[in-house]
Amino acid sequence: MSELLFRLTGLGFAYRGAAPVLADAAFELRRGERVAVVGANGAGKTTLLHIMVGLVRPQAGSIEAFGALRQVEKDFIEVRARAGLLFQDPDDQLFCPTVAEDVAFGPLNLGRTPAEARTIVGRTLAMLGLEALAGRITHTLSGGERRLVSLAAVLAMEPEVLLLDEASNALDDATRERLIGILTALPQAMVVISHDEDFLARITRRRVRLAGGKLAAEPVSAL
Amino acid sequence: MSGLATIDPRVRLLATGGFALVVVGLGQPPALLAALALAVLAAVAARVRPGPTLRRLAALDGFMVFVLVLLPFSVPGEPVVTLAGHGASSEGLWRAADILLKSNAVALMVLALLGALEPVDLGHALARLRLPERFVLLFLFTVRSIALLGREYHRLRQAMRARGFIMRCDRHSWQSLGYLFGMMMVRSLDRSERTLAAMRCRGFTGRFPSLIEPRPVAARDHAFAALFLAAGLILIILEHP
Repeated sequence: MSELLFRLTGLGFAYRGAAPVLADAAFELRRGERVAVVGANGAGKTTLLHIMVGLVRPQAGSIEAFGALRQVEKDFIEVRARAGLLFQDPDDQLFCPTVAEDVAFGPLNLGRTPAEARTIVGRTLAMLGLEALAGRITHTLSGGERRLVSLAAVLAMEPEVLLLDEASNALDDATRERLIGILTALPQAMVVISHDEDFLARITRRRVRLAGGKLAAEPVSAL
Repeated sequence: MSGLATIDPRVRLLATGGFALVVVGLGQPPALLAALALAVLAAVAARVRPGPTLRRLAALDGFMVFVLVLLPFSVPGEPVVTLAGHGASSEGLWRAADILLKSNAVALMVLALLGALEPVDLGHALARLRLPERFVLLFLFTVRSIALLGREYHRLRQAMRARGFIMRCDRHSWQSLGYLFGMMMVRSLDRSERTLAAMRCRGFTGRFPSLIEPRPVAARDHAFAALFLAAGLILIILEHP
Protein backbone atom coordinates (compact mmCIF):
# COMPACT_ATOMS: atom_id res chain seq x y z
CA MET A 1 0.00 0.00 0.00
CA SER A 2 1.37 3.43 -0.88
CA GLU A 3 2.45 6.06 1.62
CA LEU A 4 -0.17 7.60 3.88
CA LEU A 5 -0.44 11.38 3.36
CA PHE A 6 -3.41 12.32 5.54
CA ARG A 7 -5.15 10.54 8.37
CA LEU A 8 -8.03 12.31 10.09
CA THR A 9 -9.67 10.50 12.99
CA GLY A 10 -12.58 11.24 15.27
CA LEU A 11 -13.17 14.69 13.76
CA GLY A 12 -15.88 16.77 15.34
CA PHE A 13 -16.85 20.26 14.25
CA ALA A 14 -19.87 22.53 14.60
CA TYR A 15 -20.30 26.14 13.58
CA ARG A 16 -21.49 28.28 16.45
CA GLY A 17 -25.14 27.79 17.14
CA ALA A 18 -25.63 25.15 14.46
CA ALA A 19 -25.86 21.37 14.30
CA PRO A 20 -22.45 19.66 13.97
CA VAL A 21 -21.23 19.21 10.38
CA LEU A 22 -18.63 16.64 11.42
CA ALA A 23 -19.16 14.09 14.19
CA ASP A 24 -16.56 11.38 14.67
CA ALA A 25 -15.61 11.57 11.00
CA ALA A 26 -12.56 9.73 9.68
CA PHE A 27 -10.68 10.11 6.40
CA GLU A 28 -7.46 8.81 4.86
CA LEU A 29 -5.56 9.82 1.78
CA ARG A 30 -2.64 7.92 0.27
CA ARG A 31 -0.11 8.98 -2.34
CA GLY A 32 -1.51 8.76 -5.86
CA GLU A 33 -5.14 8.51 -4.72
CA ARG A 34 -7.88 10.66 -6.23
CA VAL A 35 -10.87 10.85 -3.97
CA ALA A 36 -14.25 12.45 -4.59
CA VAL A 37 -16.06 13.91 -1.59
CA VAL A 38 -19.79 14.20 -2.25
CA GLY A 39 -22.63 15.36 -0.06
CA ALA A 40 -25.48 17.82 0.18
CA ASN A 41 -24.98 21.57 0.27
CA GLY A 42 -23.85 22.57 3.73
CA ALA A 43 -22.82 19.00 4.61
CA GLY A 44 -19.36 20.21 5.62
CA LYS A 45 -17.28 19.31 2.56
CA THR A 46 -15.49 22.67 2.39
CA THR A 47 -15.00 22.59 6.17
CA LEU A 48 -13.29 19.22 5.80
CA LEU A 49 -10.76 20.63 3.30
CA HIS A 50 -10.18 23.68 5.51
CA ILE A 51 -9.57 21.39 8.49
CA MET A 52 -7.00 19.42 6.46
CA VAL A 53 -4.85 22.52 5.97
CA GLY A 54 -5.51 24.02 9.39
CA LEU A 55 -7.64 27.00 8.36
CA VAL A 56 -10.33 25.64 10.66
CA ARG A 57 -9.50 23.80 13.89
CA PRO A 58 -11.75 20.84 14.69
CA GLN A 59 -13.30 20.73 18.15
CA ALA A 60 -12.46 17.04 18.43
CA GLY A 61 -10.22 14.55 16.68
CA SER A 62 -6.68 14.46 15.38
CA ILE A 63 -5.00 15.36 12.11
CA GLU A 64 -1.96 13.49 10.88
CA ALA A 65 -0.43 14.90 7.72
CA PHE A 66 2.75 13.87 5.93
CA GLY A 67 3.79 11.60 8.75
CA ALA A 68 3.32 13.97 11.69
CA LEU A 69 0.57 14.99 14.07
CA ARG A 70 -0.56 18.56 13.31
CA GLN A 71 -2.08 20.63 16.09
CA VAL A 72 -1.06 24.30 16.12
CA GLU A 73 -0.73 27.00 13.46
CA LYS A 74 3.02 26.41 13.16
CA ASP A 75 2.48 22.73 12.25
CA PHE A 76 0.16 23.66 9.43
CA ILE A 77 2.49 26.05 7.62
CA GLU A 78 4.34 23.06 6.19
CA VAL A 79 1.06 21.23 5.47
CA ARG A 80 -0.21 24.16 3.39
CA ALA A 81 2.96 24.15 1.31
CA ARG A 82 2.57 20.44 0.57
CA ALA A 83 -1.23 20.33 0.14
CA GLY A 84 -2.49 23.06 -2.20
CA LEU A 85 -6.07 24.19 -1.63
CA LEU A 86 -7.97 25.60 -4.58
CA PHE A 87 -10.71 27.89 -3.25
CA GLN A 88 -14.29 27.82 -4.44
CA ASP A 89 -14.18 31.44 -5.60
CA PRO A 90 -11.00 32.35 -7.53
CA ASP A 91 -11.57 35.99 -6.53
CA ASP A 92 -10.74 35.04 -2.95
CA GLN A 93 -7.43 33.69 -4.10
CA LEU A 94 -6.21 36.22 -6.64
CA PHE A 95 -5.27 39.37 -4.80
CA CYS A 96 -2.06 40.52 -6.46
CA PRO A 97 -2.27 43.14 -9.19
CA THR A 98 -0.82 41.00 -11.98
CA VAL A 99 -1.05 37.31 -12.85
CA ALA A 100 2.73 36.82 -12.64
CA GLU A 101 2.87 38.37 -9.17
CA ASP A 102 -0.01 36.26 -7.96
CA VAL A 103 1.52 33.02 -9.19
CA ALA A 104 4.86 34.07 -7.66
CA PHE A 105 3.31 34.82 -4.25
CA GLY A 106 3.46 31.20 -2.99
CA PRO A 107 7.01 30.39 -4.19
CA LEU A 108 8.30 33.68 -2.73
CA ASN A 109 6.66 32.84 0.60
CA LEU A 110 8.43 29.48 0.48
CA GLY A 111 11.73 31.34 0.32
CA ARG A 112 12.51 31.28 -3.40
CA THR A 113 14.44 34.25 -4.81
CA PRO A 114 12.63 36.56 -7.26
CA ALA A 115 14.64 35.05 -10.12
CA GLU A 116 13.68 31.50 -9.13
CA ALA A 117 10.08 32.58 -8.63
CA ARG A 118 10.05 34.07 -12.11
CA THR A 119 11.29 30.77 -13.55
CA ILE A 120 8.59 28.86 -11.66
CA VAL A 121 5.93 31.33 -12.85
CA GLY A 122 7.05 30.86 -16.46
CA ARG A 123 7.12 27.09 -16.16
CA THR A 124 3.75 26.82 -14.39
CA LEU A 125 1.95 29.18 -16.76
CA ALA A 126 3.46 27.35 -19.74
CA MET A 127 2.33 23.99 -18.33
CA LEU A 128 -1.26 25.28 -18.23
CA GLY A 129 -0.97 27.12 -21.55
CA LEU A 130 -1.44 30.50 -19.86
CA GLU A 131 1.84 32.22 -20.87
CA ALA A 132 -0.09 34.99 -22.61
CA LEU A 133 -1.75 36.03 -19.34
CA ALA A 134 1.45 36.66 -17.33
CA GLY A 135 1.31 40.45 -17.49
CA ARG A 136 -2.47 40.77 -17.23
CA ILE A 137 -4.18 42.55 -14.35
CA THR A 138 -5.97 39.87 -12.31
CA HIS A 139 -9.27 41.69 -11.93
CA THR A 140 -9.68 42.04 -15.70
CA LEU A 141 -9.50 38.26 -16.30
CA SER A 142 -12.59 36.30 -17.39
CA GLY A 143 -14.14 33.75 -15.01
CA GLY A 144 -12.48 30.82 -16.77
CA GLU A 145 -9.10 32.53 -16.90
CA ARG A 146 -9.38 33.34 -13.21
CA ARG A 147 -10.03 29.70 -12.37
CA LEU A 148 -7.01 28.49 -14.37
CA VAL A 149 -4.74 31.23 -12.97
CA SER A 150 -5.77 30.38 -9.40
CA LEU A 151 -4.88 26.73 -10.17
CA ALA A 152 -1.52 27.90 -11.53
CA ALA A 153 -0.98 29.85 -8.30
CA VAL A 154 -1.51 26.67 -6.28
CA LEU A 155 0.59 24.47 -8.59
CA ALA A 156 3.47 26.97 -8.45
CA MET A 157 4.04 25.83 -4.87
CA GLU A 158 4.68 22.32 -6.22
CA PRO A 159 2.33 20.61 -3.76
CA GLU A 160 2.09 16.83 -3.31
CA VAL A 161 -1.66 16.97 -2.76
CA LEU A 162 -4.35 19.05 -4.43
CA LEU A 163 -7.56 19.92 -2.61
CA LEU A 164 -10.12 21.12 -5.14
CA ASP A 165 -13.25 22.89 -3.90
CA GLU A 166 -15.86 22.98 -6.68
CA ALA A 167 -13.21 23.64 -9.29
CA SER A 168 -15.49 23.11 -12.30
CA ASN A 169 -18.19 25.54 -11.14
CA ALA A 170 -19.38 28.12 -13.63
CA LEU A 171 -16.93 27.14 -16.35
CA ASP A 172 -17.88 26.94 -20.02
CA ASP A 173 -17.48 23.56 -21.76
CA ALA A 174 -14.17 24.42 -23.40
CA THR A 175 -12.56 25.68 -20.18
CA ARG A 176 -14.02 22.77 -18.23
CA GLU A 177 -12.51 20.27 -20.72
CA ARG A 178 -9.21 22.11 -20.49
CA LEU A 179 -9.28 21.90 -16.70
CA ILE A 180 -10.09 18.17 -16.80
CA GLY A 181 -7.22 17.63 -19.26
CA ILE A 182 -4.80 19.47 -16.96
CA LEU A 183 -5.95 17.67 -13.82
CA THR A 184 -5.84 14.15 -15.28
CA ALA A 185 -2.28 14.77 -16.44
CA LEU A 186 -1.09 15.86 -12.97
CA PRO A 187 0.69 13.36 -10.69
CA GLN A 188 -0.64 14.75 -7.37
CA ALA A 189 -3.01 12.97 -5.03
CA MET A 190 -6.33 14.82 -5.03
CA VAL A 191 -9.38 15.38 -2.91
CA VAL A 192 -12.14 16.71 -5.13
CA ILE A 193 -15.38 18.34 -4.01
CA SER A 194 -17.92 18.74 -6.77
CA HIS A 195 -21.55 18.27 -7.70
CA ASP A 196 -20.51 17.69 -11.30
CA GLU A 197 -20.83 13.89 -11.75
CA ASP A 198 -18.99 13.78 -15.08
CA PHE A 199 -16.12 15.85 -13.67
CA LEU A 200 -15.82 13.49 -10.68
CA ALA A 201 -16.03 10.36 -12.83
CA ARG A 202 -13.22 11.53 -15.08
CA ILE A 203 -10.84 12.67 -12.37
CA THR A 204 -11.38 10.52 -9.28
CA ARG A 205 -11.09 6.78 -8.66
CA ARG A 206 -12.65 6.52 -5.19
CA ARG A 207 -15.46 8.36 -3.51
CA VAL A 208 -16.71 9.09 -0.02
CA ARG A 209 -20.02 10.60 1.00
CA LEU A 210 -20.28 13.12 3.80
CA ALA A 211 -23.66 12.84 5.49
CA GLY A 212 -24.78 13.22 9.06
CA GLY A 213 -21.29 14.29 10.08
CA LYS A 214 -19.72 11.00 8.94
CA LEU A 215 -17.65 10.05 5.92
CA ALA A 216 -18.55 6.73 4.35
CA ALA A 217 -17.00 4.99 1.35
CA GLU A 218 -19.32 4.75 -1.59
CA PRO A 219 -18.81 2.36 -4.51
CA VAL A 220 -17.87 4.20 -7.68
CA SER A 221 -20.16 1.87 -9.63
CA ALA A 222 -23.07 3.68 -7.95
CA LEU A 223 -22.52 6.52 -10.43
CA MET B 1 -0.08 56.12 -27.54
CA SER B 2 1.91 59.29 -27.11
CA GLY B 3 5.65 59.51 -26.57
CA LEU B 4 4.98 60.40 -22.95
CA ALA B 5 3.56 56.94 -22.30
CA THR B 6 6.96 55.39 -22.92
CA ILE B 7 8.63 57.45 -20.18
CA ASP B 8 9.38 55.51 -16.98
CA PRO B 9 6.54 56.08 -14.47
CA ARG B 10 9.13 56.88 -11.77
CA VAL B 11 10.46 59.77 -13.83
CA ARG B 12 6.93 60.98 -14.50
CA LEU B 13 6.12 60.85 -10.79
CA LEU B 14 9.24 62.80 -9.83
CA ALA B 15 8.69 65.32 -12.64
CA THR B 16 5.11 65.92 -11.52
CA GLY B 17 6.17 66.28 -7.90
CA GLY B 18 8.98 68.67 -8.79
CA PHE B 19 6.68 70.73 -10.98
CA ALA B 20 4.09 70.99 -8.19
CA LEU B 21 6.73 72.13 -5.69
CA VAL B 22 8.06 74.83 -8.01
CA VAL B 23 4.58 76.07 -8.98
CA VAL B 24 3.43 76.35 -5.37
CA GLY B 25 6.38 78.63 -4.70
CA LEU B 26 5.62 81.00 -7.62
CA GLY B 27 3.91 84.37 -7.14
CA GLN B 28 4.58 86.50 -10.24
CA PRO B 29 1.82 86.54 -12.91
CA PRO B 30 4.18 85.82 -15.86
CA ALA B 31 5.69 82.83 -14.06
CA LEU B 32 2.24 81.46 -13.14
CA LEU B 33 0.94 81.90 -16.69
CA ALA B 34 4.06 80.15 -18.00
CA ALA B 35 3.44 77.28 -15.57
CA LEU B 36 -0.12 76.90 -16.83
CA ALA B 37 1.15 77.05 -20.42
CA LEU B 38 3.66 74.28 -19.62
CA ALA B 39 0.90 72.12 -18.17
CA VAL B 40 -1.26 72.68 -21.26
CA LEU B 41 1.73 71.79 -23.43
CA ALA B 42 2.26 68.57 -21.45
CA ALA B 43 -1.44 67.74 -21.74
CA VAL B 44 -1.30 68.21 -25.51
CA ALA B 45 1.86 66.08 -25.72
CA ALA B 46 0.19 63.38 -23.63
CA ARG B 47 -2.86 63.55 -25.94
CA VAL B 48 -5.32 63.58 -23.07
CA ARG B 49 -8.93 63.64 -24.19
CA PRO B 50 -10.08 67.28 -23.80
CA GLY B 51 -13.67 66.52 -22.67
CA PRO B 52 -13.00 64.35 -19.60
CA THR B 53 -9.93 66.39 -18.66
CA LEU B 54 -11.86 69.66 -18.63
CA ARG B 55 -14.63 67.99 -16.62
CA ARG B 56 -12.10 66.89 -14.00
CA LEU B 57 -10.59 70.37 -13.82
CA ALA B 58 -14.09 71.84 -13.52
CA ALA B 59 -14.78 69.48 -10.61
CA LEU B 60 -11.65 70.76 -8.89
CA ASP B 61 -12.59 74.40 -9.51
CA GLY B 62 -16.14 73.76 -8.36
CA PHE B 63 -14.70 72.45 -5.11
CA MET B 64 -12.86 75.75 -4.59
CA VAL B 65 -15.49 78.10 -5.93
CA PHE B 66 -16.57 79.46 -2.53
CA VAL B 67 -13.05 80.26 -1.46
CA LEU B 68 -12.38 81.97 -4.78
CA VAL B 69 -15.56 84.07 -4.63
CA LEU B 70 -15.06 85.08 -0.99
CA LEU B 71 -11.35 85.94 -1.20
CA PRO B 72 -11.71 89.33 -2.96
CA PHE B 73 -14.14 90.43 -0.24
CA SER B 74 -12.20 89.07 2.72
CA VAL B 75 -8.66 90.22 1.85
CA PRO B 76 -8.17 93.85 2.90
CA GLY B 77 -6.94 96.32 0.29
CA GLU B 78 -7.89 98.80 -2.42
CA PRO B 79 -11.56 98.16 -3.43
CA VAL B 80 -12.07 97.64 -7.17
CA VAL B 81 -15.79 96.88 -7.25
CA THR B 82 -18.37 97.34 -4.55
CA LEU B 83 -21.14 94.79 -4.14
CA ALA B 84 -23.94 95.30 -1.61
CA GLY B 85 -21.75 97.59 0.44
CA HIS B 86 -18.73 95.25 0.42
CA GLY B 87 -15.65 96.14 -1.57
CA ALA B 88 -13.75 93.53 -3.56
CA SER B 89 -10.08 94.35 -3.15
CA SER B 90 -7.60 94.06 -5.99
CA GLU B 91 -5.28 92.17 -3.61
CA GLY B 92 -8.07 89.65 -2.96
CA LEU B 93 -8.84 89.30 -6.65
CA TRP B 94 -5.20 88.67 -7.38
CA ARG B 95 -4.98 86.12 -4.55
CA ALA B 96 -7.96 84.24 -6.04
CA ALA B 97 -6.43 84.28 -9.52
CA ASP B 98 -3.14 83.09 -8.05
CA ILE B 99 -4.78 80.06 -6.41
CA LEU B 100 -6.82 79.30 -9.53
CA LEU B 101 -3.74 79.37 -11.78
CA LYS B 102 -1.60 77.27 -9.45
CA SER B 103 -4.17 74.59 -8.76
CA ASN B 104 -5.15 74.19 -12.40
CA ALA B 105 -1.56 74.10 -13.60
CA VAL B 106 -0.66 71.37 -11.08
CA ALA B 107 -3.85 69.38 -11.62
CA LEU B 108 -3.46 69.52 -15.39
CA MET B 109 0.14 68.35 -15.11
CA VAL B 110 -0.92 65.44 -12.89
CA LEU B 111 -3.60 64.45 -15.40
CA ALA B 112 -1.14 64.76 -18.29
CA LEU B 113 1.75 62.81 -16.78
CA LEU B 114 0.03 60.37 -14.42
CA GLY B 115 -3.60 60.27 -15.60
CA ALA B 116 -3.05 57.51 -18.15
CA LEU B 117 -0.99 55.39 -15.75
CA GLU B 118 -2.56 52.08 -14.62
CA PRO B 119 -2.92 52.16 -10.82
CA VAL B 120 -0.79 49.01 -10.72
CA ASP B 121 2.06 50.68 -12.60
CA LEU B 122 1.75 53.68 -10.31
CA GLY B 123 2.06 51.35 -7.30
CA HIS B 124 5.12 49.65 -8.75
CA ALA B 125 6.70 53.00 -9.55
CA LEU B 126 6.14 54.11 -5.95
CA ALA B 127 7.75 50.88 -4.72
CA ARG B 128 10.74 51.40 -7.01
CA LEU B 129 11.09 54.91 -5.59
CA ARG B 130 11.58 53.19 -2.21
CA LEU B 131 8.35 54.33 -0.65
CA PRO B 132 7.51 52.28 2.46
CA GLU B 133 6.36 48.81 1.40
CA ARG B 134 3.29 48.94 3.63
CA PHE B 135 2.09 52.12 1.97
CA VAL B 136 2.50 50.66 -1.52
CA LEU B 137 0.74 47.41 -0.56
CA LEU B 138 -2.11 49.33 1.04
CA PHE B 139 -2.46 51.28 -2.19
CA LEU B 140 -2.43 48.14 -4.36
CA PHE B 141 -4.87 46.30 -2.08
CA THR B 142 -7.17 49.31 -2.26
CA VAL B 143 -7.09 49.26 -6.05
CA ARG B 144 -7.94 45.56 -6.04
CA SER B 145 -10.69 45.98 -3.44
CA ILE B 146 -12.33 48.83 -5.32
CA ALA B 147 -12.60 46.59 -8.38
CA LEU B 148 -14.08 43.75 -6.29
CA LEU B 149 -16.47 46.08 -4.45
CA GLY B 150 -17.53 47.57 -7.77
CA ARG B 151 -18.27 44.15 -9.20
CA GLU B 152 -20.12 43.07 -6.07
CA TYR B 153 -22.15 46.30 -6.12
CA HIS B 154 -23.12 45.80 -9.76
CA ARG B 155 -24.08 42.17 -9.17
CA LEU B 156 -26.32 43.09 -6.26
CA ARG B 157 -27.81 46.08 -8.08
CA GLN B 158 -28.57 43.91 -11.10
CA ALA B 159 -30.18 41.29 -8.87
CA MET B 160 -32.28 44.07 -7.32
CA ARG B 161 -33.28 45.38 -10.73
CA ALA B 162 -34.16 41.87 -11.85
CA ARG B 163 -36.75 41.85 -9.06
CA GLY B 164 -38.23 45.12 -10.20
CA PHE B 165 -36.33 47.59 -7.99
CA ILE B 166 -36.46 51.18 -9.22
CA MET B 167 -34.70 53.90 -7.25
CA ARG B 168 -37.33 56.33 -5.95
CA CYS B 169 -37.21 58.87 -3.22
CA ASP B 170 -39.20 56.79 -0.75
CA ARG B 171 -38.64 54.80 2.39
CA HIS B 172 -38.51 51.45 0.61
CA SER B 173 -35.81 52.62 -1.80
CA TRP B 174 -33.61 54.09 0.90
CA GLN B 175 -34.04 51.06 3.10
CA SER B 176 -33.15 48.74 0.21
CA LEU B 177 -30.06 50.81 -0.57
CA GLY B 178 -29.14 50.63 3.10
CA TYR B 179 -29.42 46.84 2.95
CA LEU B 180 -27.31 46.85 -0.22
CA PHE B 181 -24.46 48.77 1.40
CA GLY B 182 -24.77 46.80 4.63
CA MET B 183 -24.59 43.55 2.67
CA MET B 184 -21.55 44.81 0.78
CA MET B 185 -19.81 45.55 4.09
CA VAL B 186 -20.57 42.11 5.49
CA ARG B 187 -19.51 40.38 2.30
CA SER B 188 -16.29 42.40 2.10
CA LEU B 189 -15.44 41.36 5.63
CA ASP B 190 -16.12 37.71 4.76
CA ARG B 191 -14.12 38.04 1.60
CA SER B 192 -11.18 39.61 3.37
CA GLU B 193 -11.15 36.64 5.75
CA ARG B 194 -11.27 34.18 2.84
CA THR B 195 -8.51 36.10 1.06
CA LEU B 196 -6.34 35.94 4.16
CA ALA B 197 -7.05 32.20 4.42
CA ALA B 198 -6.03 31.75 0.77
CA MET B 199 -2.86 33.73 1.44
CA ARG B 200 -2.03 31.56 4.43
CA CYS B 201 -2.54 28.47 2.23
CA ARG B 202 0.19 29.79 0.02
CA GLY B 203 2.63 30.21 2.87
CA PHE B 204 1.88 33.78 3.95
CA THR B 205 3.17 34.39 7.47
CA GLY B 206 2.90 38.17 7.68
CA ARG B 207 5.79 39.28 5.53
CA PHE B 208 5.31 40.26 1.93
CA PRO B 209 7.73 39.03 -0.66
CA SER B 210 8.28 41.30 -3.61
CA LEU B 211 8.80 40.61 -7.28
CA ILE B 212 9.63 44.25 -7.84
CA GLU B 213 13.23 44.66 -8.86
CA PRO B 214 15.08 47.84 -9.71
CA ARG B 215 14.78 48.76 -13.37
CA PRO B 216 17.41 50.85 -15.15
CA VAL B 217 16.41 54.30 -16.34
CA ALA B 218 16.65 54.70 -20.13
CA ALA B 219 18.33 57.56 -22.00
CA ARG B 220 14.87 58.71 -23.07
CA ASP B 221 13.94 59.10 -19.40
CA HIS B 222 17.09 61.15 -18.72
CA ALA B 223 16.22 63.45 -21.62
CA PHE B 224 12.69 63.87 -20.27
CA ALA B 225 13.99 64.65 -16.78
CA ALA B 226 16.47 67.21 -18.20
CA LEU B 227 13.63 68.87 -20.13
CA PHE B 228 11.60 69.18 -16.95
CA LEU B 229 14.53 70.52 -14.99
CA ALA B 230 15.03 73.19 -17.67
CA ALA B 231 11.32 74.08 -17.57
CA GLY B 232 11.49 74.38 -13.79
CA LEU B 233 14.51 76.68 -14.04
CA ILE B 234 12.75 78.90 -16.55
CA LEU B 235 9.80 79.23 -14.17
CA ILE B 236 12.15 80.17 -11.32
CA ILE B 237 13.94 82.74 -13.52
CA LEU B 238 10.59 84.26 -14.52
CA GLU B 239 9.72 84.50 -10.84
CA HIS B 240 12.95 86.35 -9.94
CA PRO B 241 13.71 88.60 -12.95
